[in-house]
Amino acid sequence: MHIRNALRAATAVTLLIGAAASAETITIATVNNGDMIRMQGYTDDFTAKTGHEVEWVTLEENVLRQRVTTDITTKGGAFDIMTIGMYETPIWGANGWLVPLNDLSAEYDAADILPAMAGGLSHDGTLYAAPFYGESSMIMYRTDLMEKAGLEMPDAPTWTFIREAAAAMTDRDNDINGICLRGKAGWGEGGALITAMSNSFGARWFDMDWNAQFDTQPWKDTLEFFVGMMNESGPAGYATNGFNENLSLFQQGKCGMWIDATVAASFVTNPEDSTVADKVGFALAPDNGLGKRANWLWAWALAIPAGTQKAEAAKAFIEWATSKEYIELVAANEGWANVPPGARISLYENPNYQAVPFAKMTLQSILSADPNNSTVEPSPYVGVQFAAIPEFAGIATDVSQEFSAVYAGQQTVDEALAKAQALTNDAMEAAGYR
Amino acid sequence: MARAVTNRRKTINTIAAWTIGLLIFFPILWIIVLSFKSEGDAIKTPLQVLGSAWTLESYFVVQERSDYFKHFFNSVTIAVGSTLLGILIAVPAAWSMAFVPSKRTRDILMWMLSTKMLPAVGVLYPIYLLFIRLGLLDTTFGLVIVLMLINLPIIVWMLYTYFREIPGEILEAARMDGANLRAELLYVLTPMAVPGIASTILLNVILAWNEAFWTLNLTAAKAAPLTAFIASYSSPEGLFYAKLSAASVMAIAPILIMGWFSQKQLVRGLTFGAVK
Repeated sequence: MHIRNALRAATAVTLLIGAAASAETITIATVNNGDMIRMQGYTDDFTAKTGHEVEWVTLEENVLRQRVTTDITTKGGAFDIMTIGMYETPIWGANGWLVPLNDLSAEYDAADILPAMAGGLSHDGTLYAAPFYGESSMIMYRTDLMEKAGLEMPDAPTWTFIREAAAAMTDRDNDINGICLRGKAGWGEGGALITAMSNSFGARWFDMDWNAQFDTQPWKDTLEFFVGMMNESGPAGYATNGFNENLSLFQQGKCGMWIDATVAASFVTNPEDSTVADKVGFALAPDNGLGKRANWLWAWALAIPAGTQKAEAAKAFIEWATSKEYIELVAANEGWANVPPGARISLYENPNYQAVPFAKMTLQSILSADPNNSTVEPSPYVGVQFAAIPEFAGIATDVSQEFSAVYAGQQTVDEALAKAQALTNDAMEAAGYR
Repeated sequence: MARAVTNRRKTINTIAAWTIGLLIFFPILWIIVLSFKSEGDAIKTPLQVLGSAWTLESYFVVQERSDYFKHFFNSVTIAVGSTLLGILIAVPAAWSMAFVPSKRTRDILMWMLSTKMLPAVGVLYPIYLLFIRLGLLDTTFGLVIVLMLINLPIIVWMLYTYFREIPGEILEAARMDGANLRAELLYVLTPMAVPGIASTILLNVILAWNEAFWTLNLTAAKAAPLTAFIASYSSPEGLFYAKLSAASVMAIAPILIMGWFSQKQLVRGLTFGAVK
């Protein structure tokens, strides 16, 4: 009897020591947004299930991008998980900087990830980052102002309709702008919007030989339409407006329409922050009858840098954070409108989530964006609002600065396009593409 | 008549000084105001912001979400450590250049200053690789070394300027009385240069406290100071102005209070010479 008890005690001690030895502390670099901050609040659930502790490094998006890029290119090992986007993932995966995620457990159900997201976060069929949440862009509009203007928003409007509706809703005396769009320089700010918009006008960044295409008519049409519409119906100083500035304007009731990230839907319909929460409708981003809409595709995803010593613990965290169970955990505590959207098919099949007003339009927007076939004419790159090549971020930031100068009235459309054409071709030549 | 002109000039100067001072301080004042507002109110027009309810909500949220004191102590360690280490190295360097100058002293001083003209990002990768190799990544010790090196030219220049105003004859007299180099530095030069050394320390603590490039790029979770604390509340996709303002106020409050209490010392050290 004594021997049996001793054996039991020894086994228990061995198991405890084993669990303690395998429990690790992982460091996660992430961005500061509502979904990510919410996830940090549920870390205890992960620790209770696995024994692993988590240390968070939360940074502003652009600071984070610079920080994790430095670390991964030098194999610094400062982070065990990095929050990265659709732009970085295929490039870093191709360079062998990320741990492949093709061996996630059966319970995780990787087949449930939306194909558009899985495709954008893979290289050569290998998944390198798991989407925490995904987004596209869509129209958010004021139902009351639309009604007042005597118009009805179609589910899939054209740019012509949007321009007319914007003009009809504009009421300068009451500080209401018909449409608010990003004009701020930066490849992920105004650059993302104008690139997605140009897709719907039949433009593309490069032809199949990597020659810049800013000297083509579709780009001229895109920029002239944008500037014309914004001068007629946009807010003053729109050249420096990004996501936050437009969100602020919309929430204060100063925008008739806003075309931006689908995640904004939960902000503008939140009565705590938005004065127009009960007057918001949603529609697909506009098109021009050319078969491509002006919506983008993006995901914030979790990836494991190849330099980490804690790949197993990191993988366990990714499986937890991007699982169906995590979505249910958030829904149970904070409601279905607050779960991370755009990553899993099952979420959109869930009747509880289907009742959320923006769920249907978000899914349709995500499904209608194809990063492998984003332009009317064939293009050699992957990506909707970007081209997934390392040089793109730098080039697109310079190009968007030229465009912002047009929005600010500092140069003409033709001058900006000529400069964009020259600087892009120079950079592509220096990088060896041409 | 002369007195009237003087009084009028004094009034104009006072008004001008207050106006400029308020203009400079206004962004900080506005951050303080926003930190006591809800996120919904913080994005309203200035008049609406001032008229809305005041709340401590953002401070509670920031306190709950982040470990302020860990970041605070890291900032103190990095700022004070790098400054004191810099002073230890700079005092003998400035002494030799002020009292035993060679024909290359001027060139050395200019070369030291020229290192400040190099954009920091230009040496990010070499320093990052060195930190990985030496195991200094995400350590306060590593940041103390880097910030000391970055601020060393300023410390040397400031001390050199003060030391130059101390008459060399006083040091000569000390030597004639039998003082060795250590005694000359510790018991003669340093006491005379206390105002200059104090203002140099204060200025460099402020510079090190506010440094945001290296402290963000060379840290992760363990050694992150208050600059990283602020950066964690900034976001291009989400309106967190009230929380960002609360985090900023918490980060700048210690240095603001220190600056307030030591402003007389700081101004005197920066505007007067060592023996005036």
